[in-house]
Amino acid sequence: MQKNMLQDGDVIAGALTAALGAYITVTASRWDVMGPEGPGPGFFPMGYGLALIVLSLILVFQRFSAAQSKVDEKPFDWAGFGRAAGAWVAFTASAGLMPLLGFYISFALLTLFLGLFIFGKPLKTAVITGVASALGFFVIFNLALDVSLPVGLLGF
Amino acid sequence: MDIMAGLAHGFSVALMPGNLLWCFVGCFLGTVIGILPGLGPAATIAMLLPMTYSMSPTSGIIMLTGIYYGAKYGGSTTSILLNMPGESSSVVTCIDGYQMARKGRAGAALGIAAIASFIAGSFGIVALSVMAPMISDFALSFSSPEYFALMALGLALVVLLAGDSLVKGLIALLIGLWLTSIGTDLFTSQSRFTFGQASLLSGLDFMVVAIGVFAITEVLSSISEKEETQLLPVPKGLRNLLPSWEELKACRFAFANGSIVGFIIGVLPGAGASIASFISYGIERAFSRHPEKFGTGIPEGVAAPEGANNADTGGALIPLLTLGIPGGGTTAILLSALVLWGVKPGPLMMTESPDIFWGLVASLYIGNVMLLILNLPMVPLFAQILRIPVFVLHPLIFGVSVIGAYSVAGRVFDIILLAGFGALGFAMSRLKFPVAPLVLGFVLGDAMERALRQSLMMSQGDLSILTSRPISAVMLAAAVAVLFLPLLPHFRRLKAAAG
Repeated sequence: MQKNMLQDGDVIAGALTAALGAYITVTASRWDVMGPEGPGPGFFPMGYGLALIVLSLILVFQRFSAAQSKVDEKPFDWAGFGRAAGAWVAFTASAGLMPLLGFYISFALLTLFLGLFIFGKPLKTAVITGVASALGFFVIFNLALDVSLPVGLLGF
Repeated sequence: MDIMAGLAHGFSVALMPGNLLWCFVGCFLGTVIGILPGLGPAATIAMLLPMTYSMSPTSGIIMLTGIYYGAKYGGSTTSILLNMPGESSSVVTCIDGYQMARKGRAGAALGIAAIASFIAGSFGIVALSVMAPMISDFALSFSSPEYFALMALGLALVVLLAGDSLVKGLIALLIGLWLTSIGTDLFTSQSRFTFGQASLLSGLDFMVVAIGVFAITEVLSSISEKEETQLLPVPKGLRNLLPSWEELKACRFAFANGSIVGFIIGVLPGAGASIASFISYGIERAFSRHPEKFGTGIPEGVAAPEGANNADTGGALIPLLTLGIPGGGTTAILLSALVLWGVKPGPLMMTESPDIFWGLVASLYIGNVMLLILNLPMVPLFAQILRIPVFVLHPLIFGVSVIGAYSVAGRVFDIILLAGFGALGFAMSRLKFPVAPLVLGFVLGDAMERALRQSLMMSQGDLSILTSRPISAVMLAAAVAVLFLPLLPHFRRLKAAAG
């Protein structure tokens, strides 16, 4: 029970936001909070940092007190989470590759990866989708709208 | 400029060929994204905003606002044909709309949705035209303490109405305030929360945050849910889309109910079109002679919520345009768009930027007619959009998001930040934290801090300036009451337990 509670989303979120609140408060305390000309740069962050700590503790407390009266948890959808996490990693990796490969190749690779591994499409469909989407973007944003996009080592 | 003169001037602006074209583009795009489940107007406007930098502010705001209200028209199509809301505000339409479609009355349901949207949307715009000048006049007397109190009240309402948990709403709001503090201090040039990164000295760009928490999050959420759906057949031909006279007659109270409820709820920050449509449906059912038929596919069950979610637009634009206070995520993006173009929404907007203010209001009348024309005969065509496979659509949204974020400053760093905000938004949605307070906190944070610090400078640090002025005192008291309202049942329970 105790271990399950510690793995609960609200408890983890509460701990993280409390830590963020502590960071904000400590950092803001190093700046002027109130000077002769009025409030300084630390005034506002100090206020919401402290509020964040208090609210985070309330969130954790609420979760613990609710756990004593009812258990209404649905099982966590790990498969769905895994698909979204995979898509996010691919998206972030493609962003990281843009200075090397440029927008169009990175985007084609992202589309290929999503089609193949996230949506389970055959290789041929995924390749066609990736290439066609990148070409479509090239025509619309490069040729028609002249929008500047990340350029790779190949010059596009 | 009085209302009639203002409207006449507005129509002369909105009827210019370029503005008419952008109004049509906005309405068309809005309908398309309204139909697509998983892509909302906030995400679309955020993605497209950087592409409007080269347009005139009037054309830009006409197009972006067209997307906002066009999406509300389009959302009903998906609800009726797929039993899945294209927009969150169309959830209620699923209840009776889908049942009508299953009975072979999909055409009538789509027709009623379009007609209700038109009638209530027009009511909302007329009310906006009449009320906006009065509110602007009243707000002219506001100074820093009143603005701070007004923003506090707006944010309190957003937090109260945005989700199930007040605590989570407040935490989301505070995270938004923190994100907006990142960068250089407004008054002293002190760098704050920049982690030593020079790229963060100018602060986080709103577009990057908005595209991340709306567009990237929507795609990730959609990928994680992976719902299988079946599209019901779409009737072809205008005749099959027109409801019968009896059906229209049965909806007359629903049209009025949706118009009034939608507009009033729209004015309230944080409430939004979803709540308006739920309340309107509830009222319709409560006053119906046959409440037991609701949920079985009756036209009033479509007309009331669809009317409400469209009348909401006119209401939501009032605080945005007259006070500079957005009531939700999409209006927050519209506010930042206006600011980016150098336009300052608020009580002086009507006199300082009459072309933009009245041009936008007039374009709403025109756009509403365009949407009725688009949504009646062209529904079968629009419904085909629902056949676009997700493995094509989702990468496209990723691609447009990247372009939107990169266009802000031409830095790959912003694309990495975009991914980070996508992850933050996704985590928030999984943990049931509302995103709207975060976005509004981010948009209003700077202005709120400025108003508070200016107030305290005026009073030499004395906080009582906020409570000694009648208007700010009333608004702050209302904000506190709004936040303590949900705690009343807890206090009663504690009192009962003690007694």
